[in-house]
Parts: sequence; structure tokens; C-alpha cells
Amino acid sequence: MNYLNESLNSIHDKLVNKELSATELTKATLANIKVVDKDINSFITVTEEEALASAKAIDEKGIDAENLLSGMPIALKDNLVTKGVNTTAASKMLADFKPIYSATAVEKLAAVDTVMVGKTNMDEFAMGGSTENSAFKITKNPWDTDRVPGGSSGGSAAAVASGQVLAALGSDTGGSIRQPASFNGIVGMKPTYGRVSRWGLIAFGSSFDQIGPMTRNVADNATVLNAIAGHDDHDLTSSNQAVPDFAANLNNGVAGLTIGLPSEYLGDGVDAKVKEIILAAAETYKQLGAKIVDISLPNTKYGVAAYYILTSSEASSNLQRFDGIRYGYRSPEAKNLEDLYVMSRTEGFGDEVKRRIMLGTYSLSAGFYDAYFKKAAQVRTLMNNDYTEAFKQVDVILTPAAPTPAYKIGAEVNDPMTMYMNDALTVPLNMSGLPGLSMPAGFSDGLPVGMQLIGRPYDEATIYQTANAFEQATDFHKQLPTLGGQN
Amino acid sequence: MSEKISAEDVKHVASLAKLSVSDEQLPYFTEQLGQIIGLFETLGEVNTDGVKPTVSVTDQLNVMRDDIADNWQERDELLANAPETMDGYIKVPTIIDESEDN
Repeated sequence: MNYLNESLNSIHDKLVNKELSATELTKATLANIKVVDKDINSFITVTEEEALASAKAIDEKGIDAENLLSGMPIALKDNLVTKGVNTTAASKMLADFKPIYSATAVEKLAAVDTVMVGKTNMDEFAMGGSTENSAFKITKNPWDTDRVPGGSSGGSAAAVASGQVLAALGSDTGGSIRQPASFNGIVGMKPTYGRVSRWGLIAFGSSFDQIGPMTRNVADNATVLNAIAGHDDHDLTSSNQAVPDFAANLNNGVAGLTIGLPSEYLGDGVDAKVKEIILAAAETYKQLGAKIVDISLPNTKYGVAAYYILTSSEASSNLQRFDGIRYGYRSPEAKNLEDLYVMSRTEGFGDEVKRRIMLGTYSLSAGFYDAYFKKAAQVRTLMNNDYTEAFKQVDVILTPAAPTPAYKIGAEVNDPMTMYMNDALTVPLNMSGLPGLSMPAGFSDGLPVGMQLIGRPYDEATIYQTANAFEQATDFHKQLPTLGGQN
Repeated sequence: MSEKISAEDVKHVASLAKLSVSDEQLPYFTEQLGQIIGLFETLGEVNTDGVKPTVSVTDQLNVMRDDIADNWQERDELLANAPETMDGYIKVPTIIDESEDN
């Protein structure tokens, strides 16, 4: 089964009408992955055995006609722990790690009878924007296999864009769902911080990380978020806010909504064609009845610096647990305990992870804490205030999701400074915990360009409403990559 | 840019983080970290007098729960992830390397 021209609805109909059983669908999905993923490398692990077992159980129970996800194959980013199934975070450190429990988001997707078909490639520990920092493989962009799929959820994005699955989960600490969604011409949502439990998400920056859905269209995205959202006693930062039906307002249109265009997101460093596409999207919204207003988020330019101080600090603390003792890689050469720590970590982590750990350790160290960590945490407050002010005036903010379309594999991986600056348009949301979605908004030389819609805290429903109005009015989401010379 | 952090500083920070940087990689990390720390220093131009730091954006504060242990009965599966075990324990090398003079 290739999903390039499908949606949850179209597949659900086939399952309900018994044109396909869950087992047949799963087998066809696995067969397609075998063919397509040879060129794309989205998956670190394909869970054939587990998938066929869950599909069989679903067939025995029967497809639930009321549940769009019943029997649906899905992929999971490999930093979501899955009981008994290898979970690597794309790190040599966890190459053979088999969790004893599953992440809450994973349990919730299993509870609505989805079928996990595999674990997707990513930047090691979600640190990076191109998936080139994986210890295992280079994922290719389905639109041009010489280009990166973005990251860190590049495997999930490429799997969806190449039609291997209809839906995948990613995680987003500074843009890791939205930027690859943009590079791959799909829909990716980073929900409000606290909307989805982080229990079982391998921690990177705990006050930033959030799990979210990556899909081929807006409605499917809302359906998957419905399944994974909600408070969880295992994650005490998960919110007690009521979870609405995120798909309820999809067809309400944008008449009466005010959409803000922040000048800071359309300035230097943003590709001219990308800027043109975002302004054209604003024009589309105007024609659909929305009010477009220019706004300013003046502290945006400090976002990257503050973000890298804070997330590297959190990462340096979170990654202390990898000590070569209880689980994970242990250096075979170590003769004493100190060497065991140092050698296991030095051999087990890749360069980008080491850079972040060192930056974080530096920012938190005696004598530097006030100038770096505390200062960045204060700038975070100022950035939050910018958004609070803006949302007094607008319902949704429209920006590019990334300054450029997908770039060539190898072009930037050795230049961390450039890589970090690429995150300027996505990190501010994670600083403030706001929800944001990236969706197809146009093409630049045949490569997809995404737009980002930012909403008020816990107001994912208005983002989906705004996104769906654009999707219905345009056909960017219907354009398909050419895979191996065929569709 | 490399004056932001010296090679000695990089070695020191690495050792605090229980990492080691090879002589071969030292110039490369020193230059990259120097550039990024230069970026960090741009925050110096922001006036943050009297601004409270934000360290979390959760809406949950001081969540309490009963302190009850939840035994998953998964000892064998947990130990299966340990690099070395013996008789149901995780095995580690000696803390003091007896080959050294100390």
C-alpha cells in the first residue's frame, strides 16, 4: 500500500467496507516500505512481527467504524520508547536498548488500534535539523534524494511524504516537527507544551520537548492529536486543560479571524522565494475573509542564542544518565569507573551531542551561570511577553516554517553555527510553549515550502481551522514527489 | 572568534561533562564552541533588569501525589539492558584502578 493519494478517511472506508482487512493493509504497507525505503532510509527499525500481531488482533476484534485510526499503520520517531522494541534515539549509545515500557503517546495510539510498523530515523537525541546526525543512516528527502529531509524528525517526515505511512509521530524541541514537515511538503503540529505527555520521550530539553503528529493533510493531523492529547499522571508537566475535539472547527473558515504577520520573521536570512510564498498565503487568507495585520515580536532575534543556551543546559543535565552502567553503550576498554564514564560517553555520543553537552555545561558552570543561563531565561520571559501582547490583537500568527527549502546533504552539517541560525523561525514557540503547525504553502524550484501557523496556548483547534481553510483553497498538498521515477 | 574560549577551557568543560576531546578534535571543537559562545554573548545587549527568569512553561505547579511504589516486576528485562550483570546485579569495574599508584 502506497499512501500518496490516500487519507485516513479513504483507508478507513476500505477497512470498514471490508475491501481490506487490517492484516492485508499492514502486509501491503510493509511490502511498500521494503521497496520505497531502500531509496529514502526513513526507518531505523521496521517492526514487521509486532505489526502483523497487532493487525491480527484488530481483525479478530473487528474494525471500529467510528474510529478513523482503527487498523491504521503508523510510524514512530525512534526517541519514543516502545516496550520490547529497540529504541535508539539514533545514537550508538542506545543501539541495543529495549525499553521495558512504552511512551504514553505510544500507548494511546495502541489503545485506538493503530498498528506500529516501525521506528524512524532522526538526528541523534533529536539534536539537529537535517537527520544527518543519526549514528545509523542518512535519510533522503523524497522530493530530491540529494537533499536532507530536515530534522530532527526527518525519518517520520520522509516516511509520510514518500507515502510509506499516512501518519507518524515526531518530537519538537526547537522546530523538529515543523521544519521537516516544511522540507517534505506535509503537515506537522507541535502542540502546546503540556498538551501531550512526554512520558517515554527520551529527554532532550525537558521544558521545550513536545510530541506531535505528522500527516499528509490537516484533518488527519487533528485526528491523531485527538488520540494522543491529555493529562498523564506520569508526566506532571502535562496539562489538566480539557481536550477538545481538534477536528470540530475544521470547516469553520477564517472569516472574522485576525492573522498577524510579524516583520521579524520575514526579514534578513529568509529566502526571497519563501517570503513571496508566505505573503501570497496571507493574500489567500485575505480573500478567504481573514483580517491580516502587521505585528512585531521584537525579541525574536535573540531566540536562537537564548534557545541554545537553555536547551543545551537542559540536555547536559538530561544526558548525564548515560554513564555506561545500567543501560546503553559501555566502552570495552575501561579499566576503572572514571574511565568507564568518560570512555563510554566519548565513544557513545556523536559530535553534535558532545557540542551541546559542552555548551550546556559551560553555560551552567560557576562564574558563567548569570551571564548565560539566567540571562537566557530572562530573555525567554521577554519573548513570552511579546507573544502575549501579539495575541491580544490577533488569533493566529503566520510565518515561514524555515528560512529556505531543503538543502543538499552534506552542505551544512559541519557548520553548526549556520545550522543553529536556521532554527530562528521555529525556536521561539518552544521558548513560550505555544502550539504551531507547518503545512504546504508553495514550491521553490520543485521543493516544498511550508508556512507556520502559531496559536494561543491550548488553542490548537483554531490553528487547525485556519490551516484547513488554506488547504481547501489550495492544491499544494496534492502535489507529489516523484519516487524512483514513479509515483 | 576562538578567543571566546581557549583549548584549555574546552578540555576543562569536557572533563566536567565526563567527556574527553582528542588532540585531533580539540581545534575543531574550540573554534565551533567559540563561535557559538560569541552568539550567546549577543544577549548582553538585552536589558533584562528586573525581569524574572522563565525556567518552565507548564501550567501545572506543585502537583502532589501519594508516594506509593509501583513495582513493574520487570527486573530481568531491566537487567537485560545492562552492559554486564552477575547474579541479578549490575557489574561495574573496580572504582580504584589498582594498577595505578594511589
